[in-house]
Amino acid sequence: MSAQNKTKDMNHTGEPLLRMAKRDGVSLKKKILIRAAAILLALIIDALFIVMVTDLNPIKIYGTMFIANFGNKLKFMWMIRDLVTLLIVGVALAPAFKMRFWNVGGEGQILMGGLAAAFCMIKFGNTMPSWLLIVTMVVTSVLCGALWAFIPAFFKARWGTNETLFTLMMNYAATSIVACATNIFRGDAPMFTTINMGTKAGWFPMILGARYTINVIVVIIFTVLMYIYLKYTKHGYEIAVVGESENTARYAGIDVKKVMMRTMAISGAICGLSGMLIVAGKDQIISTGSADGRGFTAIIVAWLAKFNTFYMALISLLLVFLQRGADEIASAYGLNDYAADIISGVILFCILGSEFFINYRLIFKGGRTND
Amino acid sequence: MFKKLVSLFLAAVMVCTAAALFTGCDTASDFRIGVILIGDETEGYSAAHIKGIKTACENLGIAESQVDWKYKVADNDSSSLEAATDLVGKGCNVIISNSYGHQTYMAQVAAEHPDVTFISMTGDFAAISGLENYKNAFTAVYESRYVSGVVAGLKLQELLADGTLSVETQPDSFDADGNVKVGYVGAFNYAEVISGFTAFYLGIRSVVENVVMEVNYTNSWFDIDKEAAAAEALIANGCVIIGQHADSTGAPSATEKLLNGGRICYSIGYNISMIDTAPNAALTSASNNWEKYYTFALEAAMKGEEIPADWSKGYSDGAVAITELGKNVAAGTAEKVAEVEAALKDGTLHVFDTSKFTVNGETVTSAEVDLSWIDFSTMTVVYEGEVVEAITDGYFAESTFRSAPYFTMIIDGITER
Repeated sequence: MSAQNKTKDMNHTGEPLLRMAKRDGVSLKKKILIRAAAILLALIIDALFIVMVTDLNPIKIYGTMFIANFGNKLKFMWMIRDLVTLLIVGVALAPAFKMRFWNVGGEGQILMGGLAAAFCMIKFGNTMPSWLLIVTMVVTSVLCGALWAFIPAFFKARWGTNETLFTLMMNYAATSIVACATNIFRGDAPMFTTINMGTKAGWFPMILGARYTINVIVVIIFTVLMYIYLKYTKHGYEIAVVGESENTARYAGIDVKKVMMRTMAISGAICGLSGMLIVAGKDQIISTGSADGRGFTAIIVAWLAKFNTFYMALISLLLVFLQRGADEIASAYGLNDYAADIISGVILFCILGSEFFINYRLIFKGGRTND
Repeated sequence: MFKKLVSLFLAAVMVCTAAALFTGCDTASDFRIGVILIGDETEGYSAAHIKGIKTACENLGIAESQVDWKYKVADNDSSSLEAATDLVGKGCNVIISNSYGHQTYMAQVAAEHPDVTFISMTGDFAAISGLENYKNAFTAVYESRYVSGVVAGLKLQELLADGTLSVETQPDSFDADGNVKVGYVGAFNYAEVISGFTAFYLGIRSVVENVVMEVNYTNSWFDIDKEAAAAEALIANGCVIIGQHADSTGAPSATEKLLNGGRICYSIGYNISMIDTAPNAALTSASNNWEKYYTFALEAAMKGEEIPADWSKGYSDGAVAITELGKNVAAGTAEKVAEVEAALKDGTLHVFDTSKFTVNGETVTSAEVDLSWIDFSTMTVVYEGEVVEAITDGYFAESTFRSAPYFTMIIDGITER
């Protein structure tokens, strides 16, 4: 009804001063040009900001950001570690978002997976052989993550509840559960610190000088698997159809509710696994900060890459580069970290903005419409 | 695509080499200090450490360029492990961290780099960890908390004497036995906080006998809103003085607001003077002079001397103090403070004098303290330590067997919530 009115109104009052139109088939060259222009614009705005607010040399700042990520072998490895930690969450969220299921509950699913792993480390660390302990950690974290995502999917499939609110609410529940659990684990100590500090039970082994080597390998495998799953399997096709139109899917004989619940369980399972990787391979602790906003940041990763997991790796690289760069300039130049965040924020904003110009074009009043 | 990747990789390698060469040339000075902070200069606790380290460097002639800072390093993930490793790579000889939660990660890096000295402020297992290059330090801040309690006690005494505070003017500030209520906003219920609020309470009681104290925990070290809410709840319960062991200005600002609204309530802060935040309500704050330790430890490190595994000093070394007195303190406060400080300094006054408090109605004659470092989640002893008798010569000897506090008794007159 209202949509009809709107069209009528527009017909009567003439076209607006500015409107947007979706555009398809932008050439690769043009895409690259638009993105390059966005980065250049961002660097110029940042340079102005740096000169005016901090009195520092922008070229030096950019150099520091680069060195923070590529400066030496260790920094490069840490960058890769952060990259895969973010990427796996993007990989996990991709099927849900491709299905247009707004899973903003990644944060909670990561935390529940991480908590399950931590719980196993604490309870079975002294009794189980290490291979069995790791297997138990994987299984429980995957199940907990899957459960945490399945609940909102089940409610939506059954009673049509709003998945955005539901998954968001599940985040708060998970955060509170983790806070409560760590407070119990803490005992009489000032705070909960490294799990199994004495025995190192459940810690990933050092491979090539790092515990997170296993994380990197696992994430690469999942990135490839998810690519294949979404692109070449029947499940992947069903997800795409449901995402395009639930009615079409129903007409084609796809059980939408089943696809919804199955896909969310997979999404949550991988989030849960990522929580386990964080606990066993990276931090050796669980805390309310373990997910560190990745459940949300990864949404940007998944969307910007249009659910192509290899593009996701590139977007993750960009985001991690900016984050590590911002941390480094805050520390190296004694800048307030808000200033550093502004610098990386401007870059991100321009790149996100460029996606708009790739997907839409602006039409001014009286302008040509068949551009 | 492949070509692009190869060229990107080559570019990265070139930059790495250039960076390696560049850092290799950096021989301006041999001695470098790395600092890992839970916050930055906008957060009181870390600000006090920053000031302490900068003052120590001035005292020792260490240039600012010789110090590498890592701000806002989380203590609930492996960020401090990365930060410490990065600082080792930058050539730091001494690496300091200021949050308790950093210590397990610092110890891991310390084990890998025996030639670098690691100092975990407020940590509690250096002496028993078996690591020669890993140290702990903590001030005897309970002494300055005691003195801040004396300041609060004098204010209470004045309020009661001139009739401002009485059963008629503010009836809910007295319990059924006629004791005056005071409150305390604490972060967590463990030794450091318990030791602190007990000292504060004993300080008040050294002036006004009939006082009871209620402790409200926020379960966070820094949370302005929670601390403000805790202070408001305590004041609503009738508390006249609000002490704190949490790092924000939440409690003093809430107290100031209620005082200006006609309520009788005053604030004792922590770390920094709260006079800017609460010009009327702030009486003083208990604080640490971290530069005493930093000067001592960095000088020893520069000379290649051994830094003790544990260090804890109070008024005797000027390592603790109270901040500037607020405008509403009782008359004669400065003189009384000077007297108490002198007694603490020369050792004639002990904060935890067992004749001054009781537990379950009885005087405490023995308190065994297990110095082992226990992983409570699995109930296993990670580092084995001795069991010591903490009560000697009629007082509980806090922070002498280990720098981190270990007083955990809840004495009569204090209730936790």
